[in-house]
Amino acid sequence: MKILVQPGNFDAGLEIKALSNNPSIGAVASFVGVVREVAMTLEHYPGMTENSIRKIAEEARSRWQVIDCTVIHRYGELRPSDQIVLVAVASAHRGDAFAACEFIMDYLKTRAPFWKKEHAAEGPRWVEAKSSDDDAAERWQLRQGLTQP
Amino acid sequence: MKVTVRFFASVKEQLGRELEEIEVPAGISTVGGLRAHLRARGGRWAEVLAETRRVSAAVNQDMVKPGAAIRPGDEVAFFPPVTGG
Repeated sequence: MKILVQPGNFDAGLEIKALSNNPSIGAVASFVGVVREVAMTLEHYPGMTENSIRKIAEEARSRWQVIDCTVIHRYGELRPSDQIVLVAVASAHRGDAFAACEFIMDYLKTRAPFWKKEHAAEGPRWVEAKSSDDDAAERWQLRQGLTQP
Repeated sequence: MKVTVRFFASVKEQLGRELEEIEVPAGISTVGGLRAHLRARGGRWAEVLAETRRVSAAVNQDMVKPGAAIRPGDEVAFFPPVTGG
């Protein structure tokens, strides 16, 4: 399990290749989040960020047959079309890989302590949390300890 | 008891504060109690930590509900709902 929170970019291809290097792996599902339209600054809570991502990756491992996974999330200054986040999950079969990848991503949106500040033409503004993200996490019926406080 | 309180994102910006060591008065034993104690400072504190505002909290870097206990030496954090990913 590899969890990185960093300002720098990542190479999704290399990360997926590194994950696949195990003969029992038959599927790698991945998601890359990209900055849309407006430049932004991403703030986070060092320490808690890594711990919270680790917790959900472990939760994913307990729910699906996950052989390995990589999560990389950037912070700092990001411009349109920059990559923000990578979630890649390796499993024996695609069903587990797809589900665990989506689960980790939905969790990240509602539980990992990141905050986006967009630098729009009218000036900087903090992005509001979306209730649709809460709903997306809710549908996994997160167990006690992972539910939204 | 003494706790360290940290603020992030819009909460930090609006309070103009990032980190504070706080001597918590006797009788306050939860995160919600600490939030109310800070709110009682008035001004920006009353506004930013108002009950109507969505403010999340963590104790020792774990997200918690307002009823969560705080203990001497804990790191408590207040921040807006998260928007990563």
